[in-house]
Amino acid sequence: MSSVRVLVGTKKGAFILTADGKRKNWDVSGPHFGGWEMYHLKGSPADPNRVYASQTSGWFGQLIQRSNDGGKTWEPVDNKFVYDGIPGTHQWYDGTPHPWEFKRVWHLEPSLTDPDTVYAGVEDGALFRSTDGAQSWQELSGLRKHGTGPRWQPGAGGLCLHTILLDPASPKRIYIAISAAGAFRTDDGGETWRPINRGLHSQYIPDPNAEVGHCVHHIAMHPSRPNVLFMQKHWDVMRSDNGGDSWQEVSGNLPTDFGFAIDVHAHEPETLYVVPIKSDSEHYPIDGKLQVHRSRTGGNEWEAMTKGLPQKDCYVNVLRDAMSVDSLDDCGIYFGTTGGQVYCSADAGDSWNPIVRDLPAVLSVEVQTLR
Amino acid sequence: MTATVRIELPAHLRTLAGVGREVALEIDGAVTLRSALAALEARYPMLRGTIRDQVTHQRRPFLRFFACQEDLSHEPPDAPLPEAVVSGKEPLIVLGAIAGG
Repeated sequence: MSSVRVLVGTKKGAFILTADGKRKNWDVSGPHFGGWEMYHLKGSPADPNRVYASQTSGWFGQLIQRSNDGGKTWEPVDNKFVYDGIPGTHQWYDGTPHPWEFKRVWHLEPSLTDPDTVYAGVEDGALFRSTDGAQSWQELSGLRKHGTGPRWQPGAGGLCLHTILLDPASPKRIYIAISAAGAFRTDDGGETWRPINRGLHSQYIPDPNAEVGHCVHHIAMHPSRPNVLFMQKHWDVMRSDNGGDSWQEVSGNLPTDFGFAIDVHAHEPETLYVVPIKSDSEHYPIDGKLQVHRSRTGGNEWEAMTKGLPQKDCYVNVLRDAMSVDSLDDCGIYFGTTGGQVYCSADAGDSWNPIVRDLPAVLSVEVQTLR
Repeated sequence: MTATVRIELPAHLRTLAGVGREVALEIDGAVTLRSALAALEARYPMLRGTIRDQVTHQRRPFLRFFACQEDLSHEPPDAPLPEAVVSGKEPLIVLGAIAGG
Protein backbone atom coordinates (compact mmCIF):
# COMPACT_ATOMS: atom_id res chain seq x y z
CA MET A 1 0.00 0.00 0.00
CA SER A 2 1.35 3.42 -0.88
CA SER A 3 1.82 6.06 1.74
CA VAL A 4 3.05 9.60 2.02
CA ARG A 5 5.48 11.29 4.37
CA VAL A 6 5.34 15.08 4.60
CA LEU A 7 8.49 16.77 5.91
CA VAL A 8 7.62 20.13 7.45
CA GLY A 9 10.20 22.72 8.47
CA THR A 10 8.98 25.45 10.83
CA LYS A 11 10.41 28.37 12.77
CA LYS A 12 10.53 26.25 15.92
CA GLY A 13 11.24 22.70 14.85
CA ALA A 14 10.51 20.01 12.27
CA PHE A 15 7.41 17.86 12.01
CA ILE A 16 6.81 14.69 10.05
CA LEU A 17 3.25 13.94 8.93
CA THR A 18 2.45 10.47 7.62
CA ALA A 19 -0.67 8.86 6.13
CA ASP A 20 -1.66 6.01 3.89
CA GLY A 21 -2.60 6.63 0.29
CA LYS A 22 -6.07 7.85 1.21
CA ARG A 23 -4.49 10.82 2.97
CA LYS A 24 -7.33 11.16 5.48
CA ASN A 25 -5.87 9.99 8.80
CA TRP A 26 -2.55 11.52 9.71
CA ASP A 27 0.11 10.74 12.26
CA VAL A 28 2.10 13.74 13.46
CA SER A 29 5.66 13.28 14.73
CA GLY A 30 7.59 16.14 16.30
CA PRO A 31 8.79 18.62 17.10
CA HIS A 32 12.19 17.39 16.03
CA PHE A 33 14.92 19.90 16.99
CA GLY A 34 12.35 21.90 18.98
CA GLY A 35 13.09 25.60 19.19
CA TRP A 36 15.39 25.65 16.14
CA GLU A 37 14.56 27.15 12.78
CA MET A 38 14.22 24.25 10.36
CA TYR A 39 14.56 25.88 6.97
CA HIS A 40 14.26 22.74 4.86
CA LEU A 41 14.11 18.95 5.00
CA LYS A 42 14.25 16.72 1.95
CA GLY A 43 14.49 12.99 1.33
CA SER A 44 16.70 11.26 -1.21
CA PRO A 45 14.83 10.04 -4.30
CA ALA A 46 17.34 7.18 -4.45
CA ASP A 47 16.78 6.10 -0.84
CA PRO A 48 13.67 7.58 0.81
CA ASN A 49 14.92 6.69 4.28
CA ARG A 50 17.85 9.08 3.81
CA VAL A 51 16.62 12.54 4.79
CA TYR A 52 18.67 15.71 5.13
CA ALA A 53 17.64 18.68 7.27
CA SER A 54 18.87 22.24 7.67
CA GLN A 55 18.80 23.30 11.33
CA THR A 56 19.71 26.89 12.10
CA SER A 57 19.64 29.47 14.85
CA GLY A 58 20.60 33.08 15.33
CA TRP A 59 22.46 32.05 18.48
CA PHE A 60 24.18 28.85 17.47
CA GLY A 61 24.50 29.04 13.69
CA GLN A 62 24.02 26.27 11.17
CA LEU A 63 23.75 22.53 11.66
CA ILE A 64 22.98 19.81 9.14
CA GLN A 65 21.14 16.71 10.33
CA ARG A 66 20.90 13.40 8.53
CA SER A 67 18.50 10.53 9.05
CA ASN A 68 18.84 7.00 7.70
CA ASP A 69 15.44 5.83 8.90
CA GLY A 70 13.00 8.29 7.41
CA GLY A 71 13.28 10.85 10.18
CA LYS A 72 12.88 8.63 13.24
CA THR A 73 16.46 9.25 14.39
CA TRP A 74 18.98 11.86 13.35
CA GLU A 75 22.70 12.50 13.50
CA PRO A 76 24.46 15.83 13.08
CA VAL A 77 26.83 15.83 10.11
CA ASP A 78 29.24 18.42 8.75
CA ASN A 79 28.26 22.05 9.19
CA LYS A 80 31.43 23.67 7.88
CA PHE A 81 30.51 25.79 4.86
CA VAL A 82 33.62 27.67 3.77
CA TYR A 83 33.65 29.72 0.58
CA ASP A 84 36.24 28.72 -1.96
CA GLY A 85 39.20 31.16 -2.00
CA ILE A 86 38.90 34.79 -1.00
CA PRO A 87 35.18 35.42 -1.29
CA GLY A 88 35.27 39.15 -2.11
CA THR A 89 32.08 41.19 -2.06
CA HIS A 90 28.55 41.37 -3.36
CA GLN A 91 26.35 44.45 -3.13
CA TRP A 92 24.57 45.46 0.04
CA TYR A 93 21.01 46.82 -0.02
CA ASP A 94 22.33 50.33 -0.60
CA GLY A 95 24.62 49.30 -3.45
CA THR A 96 27.84 49.40 -1.43
CA PRO A 97 30.23 46.41 -1.50
CA HIS A 98 29.58 43.89 1.27
CA PRO A 99 31.75 40.89 2.14
CA TRP A 100 30.38 37.46 1.36
CA GLU A 101 29.41 35.86 4.71
CA PHE A 102 27.88 32.43 5.26
CA LYS A 103 24.64 32.72 7.24
CA ARG A 104 22.46 29.64 6.74
CA VAL A 105 21.34 26.84 4.45
CA TRP A 106 17.99 27.59 2.81
CA HIS A 107 17.56 24.50 0.68
CA LEU A 108 18.94 20.95 0.51
CA GLU A 109 18.56 19.01 -2.74
CA PRO A 110 19.59 15.34 -2.66
CA SER A 111 20.85 13.79 -5.90
CA LEU A 112 18.31 11.93 -8.00
CA THR A 113 20.52 8.82 -8.09
CA ASP A 114 23.01 8.81 -5.18
CA PRO A 115 21.84 9.11 -1.55
CA ASP A 116 25.28 10.38 -0.49
CA THR A 117 25.30 13.31 -2.91
CA VAL A 118 23.40 16.39 -1.81
CA TYR A 119 23.44 20.06 -2.78
CA ALA A 120 23.00 22.96 -0.35
CA GLY A 121 21.80 26.42 -1.34
CA VAL A 122 23.10 28.97 1.14
CA GLU A 123 22.91 32.60 2.18
CA ASP A 124 25.00 34.54 1.15
CA GLY A 125 24.22 33.18 -2.31
CA ALA A 126 26.34 30.13 -3.07
CA LEU A 127 25.94 26.46 -3.90
CA PHE A 128 27.72 23.69 -1.99
CA ARG A 129 27.85 19.96 -2.70
CA SER A 130 28.63 16.94 -0.59
CA THR A 131 29.40 13.55 -2.10
CA ASP A 132 29.89 11.71 1.21
CA GLY A 133 26.48 11.96 2.82
CA ALA A 134 27.06 15.48 4.17
CA GLN A 135 30.25 14.53 6.01
CA SER A 136 32.00 17.36 4.14
CA TRP A 137 30.98 20.22 1.87
CA GLN A 138 32.69 21.89 -1.08
CA GLU A 139 31.54 25.06 -2.79
CA LEU A 140 30.73 24.95 -6.52
CA SER A 141 32.33 28.35 -6.76
CA GLY A 142 31.99 28.72 -10.52
CA LEU A 143 28.52 30.11 -9.78
CA ARG A 144 29.65 32.88 -7.45
CA LYS A 145 32.73 33.64 -9.54
CA HIS A 146 31.23 33.57 -13.00
CA GLY A 147 31.36 37.33 -13.30
CA THR A 148 28.14 38.93 -12.09
CA GLY A 149 28.62 37.94 -8.42
CA PRO A 150 29.88 41.36 -7.29
CA ARG A 151 26.61 42.85 -8.63
CA TRP A 152 24.27 40.53 -6.72
CA GLN A 153 22.12 42.23 -4.12
CA PRO A 154 20.07 40.59 -1.34
CA GLY A 155 16.30 40.44 -1.34
CA ALA A 156 14.38 41.30 1.82
CA GLY A 157 15.05 37.81 3.18
CA GLY A 158 18.78 37.95 2.46
CA LEU A 159 20.97 36.91 -0.47
CA CYS A 160 19.62 33.38 -0.44
CA LEU A 161 20.08 30.54 -2.90
CA HIS A 162 16.67 28.93 -2.44
CA THR A 163 15.94 26.84 -5.54
CA ILE A 164 17.96 23.88 -6.86
CA LEU A 165 16.50 21.83 -9.73
CA LEU A 166 18.35 18.76 -10.98
CA ASP A 167 17.60 17.79 -14.57
CA PRO A 168 16.70 14.07 -14.71
CA ALA A 169 17.43 13.90 -18.44
CA SER A 170 20.82 15.68 -18.37
CA PRO A 171 22.68 14.84 -15.15
CA LYS A 172 25.12 17.72 -15.62
CA ARG A 173 22.39 20.34 -15.95
CA ILE A 174 21.34 22.15 -12.77
CA TYR A 175 19.12 25.21 -12.39
CA ILE A 176 19.37 27.44 -9.33
CA ALA A 177 17.78 30.71 -8.25
CA ILE A 178 18.92 33.43 -5.88
CA SER A 179 17.00 36.36 -4.40
CA ALA A 180 17.62 38.90 -5.75
CA ALA A 181 20.22 37.87 -8.35
CA GLY A 182 17.98 35.73 -10.55
CA ALA A 183 18.14 32.31 -12.18
CA PHE A 184 21.29 30.52 -13.35
CA ARG A 185 22.08 27.28 -15.19
CA THR A 186 25.05 24.98 -15.47
CA ASP A 187 25.42 22.36 -18.20
CA ASP A 188 28.68 20.89 -16.91
CA GLY A 189 27.79 19.72 -13.42
CA GLY A 190 28.44 23.03 -11.69
CA GLU A 191 31.82 24.09 -13.09
CA THR A 192 30.51 26.98 -15.17
CA TRP A 193 27.27 28.91 -14.95
CA ARG A 194 25.35 31.52 -16.84
CA PRO A 195 22.43 33.77 -15.93
CA ILE A 196 19.11 32.74 -17.52
CA ASN A 197 16.97 35.81 -16.97
CA ARG A 198 16.11 36.96 -20.50
CA GLY A 199 12.47 37.98 -20.64
CA LEU A 200 12.21 38.82 -16.94
CA HIS A 201 11.07 42.38 -16.35
CA SER A 202 11.48 43.90 -12.87
CA GLN A 203 10.49 47.51 -12.42
CA TYR A 204 12.13 47.74 -9.00
CA ILE A 205 15.69 47.60 -10.41
CA PRO A 206 17.45 50.38 -12.35
CA ASP A 207 17.43 48.41 -15.63
CA PRO A 208 14.19 46.40 -15.57
CA ASN A 209 15.59 43.96 -18.15
CA ALA A 210 19.03 43.53 -16.58
CA GLU A 211 21.06 40.33 -16.93
CA VAL A 212 20.96 39.84 -13.14
CA GLY A 213 19.15 41.47 -10.22
CA HIS A 214 15.70 39.90 -10.56
CA CYS A 215 14.03 38.70 -7.39
CA VAL A 216 13.11 35.16 -8.40
CA HIS A 217 11.04 33.60 -5.63
CA HIS A 218 10.83 30.00 -6.80
CA ILE A 219 11.08 27.78 -9.88
CA ALA A 220 9.32 24.47 -10.55
CA MET A 221 9.86 21.77 -13.17
CA HIS A 222 8.04 18.61 -14.18
CA PRO A 223 10.56 15.77 -14.40
CA SER A 224 9.17 14.53 -17.73
CA ARG A 225 9.89 17.88 -19.40
CA PRO A 226 12.97 19.38 -17.80
CA ASN A 227 13.29 22.09 -20.44
CA VAL A 228 10.00 23.62 -19.29
CA LEU A 229 10.34 25.80 -16.21
CA PHE A 230 7.71 27.72 -14.26
CA MET A 231 8.74 30.68 -12.10
CA GLN A 232 7.06 32.72 -9.42
CA LYS A 233 8.97 35.97 -9.52
CA HIS A 234 8.57 38.74 -6.93
CA TRP A 235 5.83 39.97 -9.23
CA ASP A 236 4.88 37.91 -12.33
CA VAL A 237 4.46 34.22 -12.99
CA MET A 238 6.78 33.22 -15.84
CA ARG A 239 7.36 30.24 -18.10
CA SER A 240 10.32 29.04 -20.15
CA ASP A 241 10.16 26.35 -22.82
CA ASN A 242 13.87 26.30 -23.56
CA GLY A 243 15.65 25.59 -20.30
CA GLY A 244 15.57 29.20 -19.17
CA ASP A 245 17.08 30.72 -22.32
CA SER A 246 14.04 32.96 -22.49
CA TRP A 247 10.93 33.57 -20.38
CA GLN A 248 7.41 34.74 -21.06
CA GLU A 249 4.81 35.94 -18.61
CA VAL A 250 1.87 33.61 -17.91
CA SER A 251 0.22 35.52 -15.05
CA GLY A 252 -2.93 35.82 -17.17
CA ASN A 253 -6.06 36.30 -15.07
CA LEU A 254 -4.46 35.86 -11.63
CA PRO A 255 -5.93 38.35 -9.14
CA THR A 256 -2.36 39.29 -8.18
CA ASP A 257 0.81 37.87 -9.62
CA PHE A 258 2.88 38.42 -6.48
CA GLY A 259 3.59 35.28 -4.48
CA PHE A 260 6.24 32.84 -3.39
CA ALA A 261 5.26 29.21 -3.97
CA ILE A 262 4.76 27.45 -7.32
CA ASP A 263 4.55 23.77 -8.20
CA VAL A 264 3.53 21.37 -10.98
CA HIS A 265 1.06 18.46 -10.87
CA ALA A 266 2.87 15.11 -10.70
CA HIS A 267 1.14 13.63 -13.77
CA GLU A 268 0.01 16.67 -15.76
CA PRO A 269 3.01 18.76 -16.78
CA GLU A 270 0.80 21.67 -17.88
CA THR A 271 -1.08 21.87 -14.56
CA LEU A 272 0.41 24.48 -12.20
CA TYR A 273 -0.34 25.78 -8.74
CA VAL A 274 0.41 29.17 -7.17
CA VAL A 275 -0.83 30.98 -4.08
CA PRO A 276 -1.46 34.62 -5.00
CA ILE A 277 -0.36 37.05 -2.29
CA LYS A 278 -1.67 40.62 -2.28
CA SER A 279 1.58 42.54 -2.65
CA ASP A 280 5.22 42.84 -1.65
CA SER A 281 4.27 45.24 1.12
CA GLU A 282 1.36 43.12 2.39
CA HIS A 283 2.42 39.51 2.58
CA TYR A 284 -1.07 38.03 2.91
CA PRO A 285 -3.91 36.93 0.61
CA ILE A 286 -6.33 39.41 -0.94
CA ASP A 287 -9.37 40.24 1.25
CA GLY A 288 -8.40 37.60 3.83
CA LYS A 289 -9.29 34.76 1.42
CA LEU A 290 -6.72 31.99 1.10
CA GLN A 291 -6.81 30.66 -2.45
CA VAL A 292 -4.67 28.30 -4.46
CA HIS A 293 -4.87 29.09 -8.14
CA ARG A 294 -4.58 26.28 -10.65
CA SER A 295 -3.85 26.49 -14.33
CA ARG A 296 -4.42 23.46 -16.53
CA THR A 297 -3.06 25.24 -19.57
CA GLY A 298 0.52 25.84 -18.48
CA GLY A 299 -0.33 29.33 -17.29
CA ASN A 300 -2.40 32.35 -18.40
CA GLU A 301 -5.77 30.75 -17.56
CA TRP A 302 -6.16 30.29 -13.81
CA GLU A 303 -9.00 29.12 -11.59
CA ALA A 304 -9.33 29.74 -7.84
CA MET A 305 -9.38 26.67 -5.59
CA THR A 306 -11.14 27.62 -2.36
CA LYS A 307 -13.06 24.58 -1.08
CA GLY A 308 -11.84 23.87 2.44
CA LEU A 309 -9.64 26.95 2.64
CA PRO A 310 -10.53 29.93 4.87
CA GLN A 311 -12.40 32.57 2.90
CA LYS A 312 -12.44 35.30 5.50
CA ASP A 313 -10.07 36.81 8.04
CA CYS A 314 -7.07 34.83 6.80
CA TYR A 315 -3.82 36.81 6.70
CA VAL A 316 -1.12 34.15 6.48
CA ASN A 317 1.65 33.82 3.91
CA VAL A 318 2.82 30.75 2.00
CA LEU A 319 6.59 30.81 1.66
CA ARG A 320 8.61 29.75 -1.38
CA ASP A 321 9.56 26.22 -0.29
CA ALA A 322 6.26 25.52 1.45
CA MET A 323 4.39 23.78 -1.40
CA SER A 324 4.90 20.25 -2.69
CA VAL A 325 3.10 17.46 -4.54
CA ASP A 326 2.97 13.70 -4.11
CA SER A 327 2.97 11.26 -7.01
CA LEU A 328 0.05 9.01 -6.07
CA ASP A 329 -2.46 8.28 -8.85
CA ASP A 330 -4.68 11.08 -7.55
CA CYS A 331 -1.96 13.69 -7.21
CA GLY A 332 -1.89 15.28 -3.77
CA ILE A 333 -1.01 18.96 -3.34
CA TYR A 334 0.33 20.27 -0.02
CA PHE A 335 1.21 23.66 1.35
CA GLY A 336 2.07 25.20 4.71
CA THR A 337 1.36 28.69 6.02
CA THR A 338 3.03 31.15 8.31
CA GLY A 339 0.00 30.62 10.56
CA GLY A 340 1.07 27.03 11.18
CA GLN A 341 -1.46 25.19 9.01
CA VAL A 342 -0.48 22.45 6.59
CA TYR A 343 -3.20 21.80 4.01
CA CYS A 344 -3.57 18.75 1.79
CA SER A 345 -5.65 18.28 -1.31
CA ALA A 346 -6.00 14.63 -2.32
CA ASP A 347 -7.86 15.58 -5.51
CA ALA A 348 -5.41 17.82 -7.37
CA GLY A 349 -6.59 21.00 -5.69
CA ASP A 350 -10.38 20.69 -5.98
CA SER A 351 -10.78 20.48 -2.19
CA TRP A 352 -8.53 20.99 0.80
CA ASN A 353 -8.25 19.78 4.38
CA PRO A 354 -5.88 20.88 7.11
CA ILE A 355 -3.55 18.11 8.29
CA VAL A 356 -2.48 20.29 11.21
CA ARG A 357 -3.65 23.76 12.21
CA ASP A 358 -1.37 25.02 14.93
CA LEU A 359 2.28 24.43 14.14
CA PRO A 360 4.85 27.22 14.34
CA ALA A 361 5.18 29.28 11.15
CA VAL A 362 5.86 26.87 8.28
CA LEU A 363 9.04 27.49 6.31
CA SER A 364 9.07 24.44 4.05
CA VAL A 365 7.00 21.44 2.98
CA GLU A 366 8.35 18.44 1.07
CA VAL A 367 6.43 15.27 0.32
CA GLN A 368 7.78 11.77 -0.11
CA THR A 369 5.59 9.20 -1.87
CA LEU A 370 6.43 5.79 -0.41
CA ARG A 371 5.48 2.61 -2.27
CA MET B 1 49.59 19.55 34.44
CA THR B 2 45.99 18.49 33.81
CA ALA B 3 43.04 20.57 35.01
CA THR B 4 39.42 19.49 35.15
CA VAL B 5 37.30 22.37 33.94
CA ARG B 6 33.53 22.62 34.21
CA ILE B 7 31.63 24.23 31.33
CA GLU B 8 27.97 25.20 31.61
CA LEU B 9 26.06 25.15 28.33
CA PRO B 10 22.82 26.80 27.15
CA ALA B 11 19.80 24.53 26.84
CA HIS B 12 19.86 23.99 23.08
CA LEU B 13 23.51 22.95 23.12
CA ARG B 14 22.89 20.53 26.00
CA THR B 15 20.21 18.87 23.87
CA LEU B 16 22.45 18.83 20.82
CA ALA B 17 25.36 17.24 22.69
CA GLY B 18 23.15 14.98 24.79
CA VAL B 19 24.56 16.24 28.09
CA GLY B 20 23.31 17.82 31.29
CA ARG B 21 23.73 21.40 32.43
CA GLU B 22 27.48 21.05 32.85
CA VAL B 23 30.26 19.04 31.30
CA ALA B 24 33.66 18.39 32.90
CA LEU B 25 36.69 18.35 30.63
CA GLU B 26 40.31 17.57 31.26
CA ILE B 27 42.69 20.14 29.81
CA ASP B 28 46.44 19.73 29.54
CA GLY B 29 48.53 22.88 29.76
CA ALA B 30 47.25 26.44 29.99
CA VAL B 31 43.54 26.79 30.71
CA THR B 32 42.25 29.53 28.42
CA LEU B 33 39.08 30.21 26.45
CA ARG B 34 40.80 28.74 23.41
CA SER B 35 41.93 25.53 25.12
CA ALA B 36 38.62 25.09 26.95
CA LEU B 37 36.55 25.47 23.78
CA ALA B 38 38.92 23.22 21.84
CA ALA B 39 38.55 20.52 24.49
CA LEU B 40 34.77 20.95 24.43
CA GLU B 41 34.61 20.61 20.63
CA ALA B 42 36.98 17.64 20.61
CA ARG B 43 34.80 15.79 23.10
CA TYR B 44 31.51 16.89 21.50
CA PRO B 45 32.16 17.43 17.77
CA MET B 46 28.51 18.30 17.13
CA LEU B 47 29.18 21.60 18.95
CA ARG B 48 31.70 22.73 16.34
CA GLY B 49 30.57 26.01 14.87
CA THR B 50 27.82 26.57 17.42
CA ILE B 51 29.84 28.66 19.88
CA ARG B 52 32.65 30.00 17.71
CA ASP B 53 33.29 30.12 13.99
CA GLN B 54 35.05 27.01 12.79
CA VAL B 55 37.62 28.91 10.73
CA THR B 56 38.18 32.27 12.46
CA HIS B 57 37.32 31.03 15.98
CA GLN B 58 35.38 34.27 16.51
CA ARG B 59 32.75 33.99 19.24
CA ARG B 60 29.24 33.89 17.77
CA PRO B 61 27.69 37.31 18.36
CA PHE B 62 24.70 36.20 20.47
CA LEU B 63 26.85 34.23 22.90
CA ARG B 64 28.87 35.41 25.90
CA PHE B 65 31.40 33.80 28.23
CA PHE B 66 31.07 34.35 31.98
CA ALA B 67 32.93 32.99 35.01
CA CYS B 68 33.24 34.06 38.63
CA GLN B 69 30.68 36.84 38.01
CA GLU B 70 32.91 38.36 35.35
CA ASP B 71 32.22 38.84 31.65
CA LEU B 72 35.10 37.18 29.82
CA SER B 73 33.57 37.56 26.35
CA HIS B 74 36.08 40.13 25.21
CA GLU B 75 39.16 38.64 26.86
CA PRO B 76 41.95 37.51 24.51
CA PRO B 77 41.44 33.80 23.69
CA ASP B 78 44.83 32.88 25.13
CA ALA B 79 44.43 34.76 28.42
CA PRO B 80 44.43 32.45 31.45
CA LEU B 81 40.97 31.75 32.89
CA PRO B 82 40.41 32.59 36.57
CA GLU B 83 42.02 30.23 39.09
CA ALA B 84 38.59 29.17 40.38
CA VAL B 85 37.75 27.86 36.88
CA VAL B 86 41.11 26.10 36.55
CA SER B 87 40.59 24.40 39.92
CA GLY B 88 37.04 23.37 39.02
CA LYS B 89 35.51 25.41 41.81
CA GLU B 90 33.56 27.61 39.38
CA PRO B 91 32.23 26.78 35.89
CA LEU B 92 32.93 28.61 32.66
CA ILE B 93 29.45 29.64 31.54
CA VAL B 94 28.50 29.82 27.86
CA LEU B 95 25.45 32.06 27.85
CA GLY B 96 22.99 32.88 25.07
CA ALA B 97 21.72 36.43 24.75
CA ILE B 98 18.19 37.00 25.96
CA ALA B 99 16.79 37.77 22.54
CA GLY B 100 13.88 36.01 21.04
CA GLY B 101 11.41 35.61 18.29
